[in-house]
Amino acid sequence: MNKTFNQKAWYFVIPVFVLVAFNAAVPLMTVVNYSFQETFGSNVFAWEGTRWFKEILHSERFHASLGRQAIFTFIILLIQLPLGIFIALTMPKKGWGVPVCLILMSMPLLIPWNVVGAMWNIFALPDIGFLGNSLNSIGFDYNFTQQSGDAWFTTVLMDVWHWTSLVVLLSYAGLNSIQPAYYQAAEIDGASRWDIFRYIELPKMKKVLTLAILLRFMDSFMIYTEPFVLTGGGPGNATNFLSLDLVKMALGQFDLGPAAAMSLIYFLIVLLICWIFYSLMMKNEART
Amino acid sequence: MSLELKEVEKKVGIETHIYSTNLKLEKNTINVLLGSTLAGKTTLMQIMAGLDKPTSGEIWFNGENVTGKEVQKRNCSMVYQQFINYPNFTVFDNIASPLKITGINSDEIKQRVGKVAELLKLSAMLNKKPDELSGGQQQRTALARALVKDSDLILLDEPLANLDFKLREELREELPKLFEDRDCIVVYATTEPLDALMIGGNTATLLEGNVVQYGKTLDVYNKPDNLTSAKVFSDPPMNIAEITKSGDNFKLVDNNVQWKSNVNIKDGNYKIGIRPHNITTYKEGSNSVEINGKVLISELSGSESLIHFTNGKLNWVSLSNGIQQRNIGEDTKLHMNVDEFLYFDQNNRLVNHG
Repeated sequence: MNKTFNQKAWYFVIPVFVLVAFNAAVPLMTVVNYSFQETFGSNVFAWEGTRWFKEILHSERFHASLGRQAIFTFIILLIQLPLGIFIALTMPKKGWGVPVCLILMSMPLLIPWNVVGAMWNIFALPDIGFLGNSLNSIGFDYNFTQQSGDAWFTTVLMDVWHWTSLVVLLSYAGLNSIQPAYYQAAEIDGASRWDIFRYIELPKMKKVLTLAILLRFMDSFMIYTEPFVLTGGGPGNATNFLSLDLVKMALGQFDLGPAAAMSLIYFLIVLLICWIFYSLMMKNEART
Repeated sequence: MSLELKEVEKKVGIETHIYSTNLKLEKNTINVLLGSTLAGKTTLMQIMAGLDKPTSGEIWFNGENVTGKEVQKRNCSMVYQQFINYPNFTVFDNIASPLKITGINSDEIKQRVGKVAELLKLSAMLNKKPDELSGGQQQRTALARALVKDSDLILLDEPLANLDFKLREELREELPKLFEDRDCIVVYATTEPLDALMIGGNTATLLEGNVVQYGKTLDVYNKPDNLTSAKVFSDPPMNIAEITKSGDNFKLVDNNVQWKSNVNIKDGNYKIGIRPHNITTYKEGSNSVEINGKVLISELSGSESLIHFTNGKLNWVSLSNGIQQRNIGEDTKLHMNVDEFLYFDQNNRLVNHG
């Protein structure tokens, strides 16, 4: 039997190639291009090899903002996961309360990020903001524009307010997929409320929780808009997270080479952590 | 030991899920709750277990009123249609879970789990997690969990419904043996008449929240109290028709099929119920009558043939042995075994059986 060869099917793949090239490969390669060169005006470039990478990796400034970023992500994961699960557990499972809760929970997620930043900025102003003014009037010396502790507190609170809902909604979906028979079987066994949570709800929520951790890690690690509007990275460099620092370097100082190197390192860190996390998750999946 | 439901009723909102029910289940019996989906089997079981409270009525166990007693304080176990196990426990820990809560020492737990696992052919899988098992093994694990603690009441809610055909057959055969010398009451809910017949024991037929009849399984099958019970306990569905009787002459109202019988009932109008296997393509029994039918569809399974046919207004099913090929639309002659007819009066009560 003679096979006929017809390669025309490749034409169907071309649009995808073009699309991916323009929205991912080309911009990324531009950044790679910058990261190995010194950029002067009027399109003049000079080859620098790995100099920018070495500089960034040894720069204290980068270490500091990476450290701040890691601490921030760690804190918000530590608060948002348990809080989100707890709220999901207390939400009603049927009746009129369900849509009410779901809508209330979705609200913060629907607000544009810069609006969230602006809202919290005004909300927390020590003189006229409701939060700032209230805290001061009950005796706290609160001023997020001048005291780094307060700036951190406000940023974390804002992020918790903005994003805990995502964990809630995911957990709620996970909880709702548990068949009532599981609860009954546990009741018959004489299991306590804690046992039910520990041995039924938590294992059954495992998949959505991994997803929640992954999403919250990525989003919080790349957080930009909200702290930019709220604190602008201040006071001093107190809340100067990685992405804020990167933009300052790229657009504020116009150090395109180091900024490009930094964004590549940044990108690789996020990619690496997600990959490790994902493969651990998949390994668990394959085992069970 | 006995479990007694006294005028138990269950309403949810304005809907009645269980109408006033009296039922007494004795020690060492397997009791089948037979009825279609939404007949109230699961509700009834949940009331028996104490997972749900009746709206009115009482539940007595061993002479004690347990109506309001919480499920944790009762000694019962339940197996569900879905395979319910603790997802991150091994099979061993799953089976041991009801024992661990009671605080029995670990040597005894080991010994008892081992014994039950052996019985349910799970010994080789004790270190696996439920996800690694086949559906049949998962359900065996759930069964083992129910058997390991010496429950007074074991409730099985369509335990075989989610298994594939072969596993279902296999487990159905084993089930009655598992409960043979146990000091407990077993309740088994199913939608399939065949399950009830194979499991034996007692059967309660249910329809739309009513217990229609309760008695020994074979009695309920052979002598259904009424037409409803007979319909519930018939698969394929029972063939029903209006008849008139005068002397020893019987006649279908819809056509002129006639037969003689010495069934001792008054002259008048009745209904007959004929199980599909009593209408065959060949003659069976000493007293049979012919009926002509136009074939609607024939389903061949190899060992059996189902032929759906019409005759006038009647739309009936026959079940014959072997392969009986009939074409759609073909006129065919079938034989009804008169001795097996069930006769019901105008109130649908059984007046005699063949």
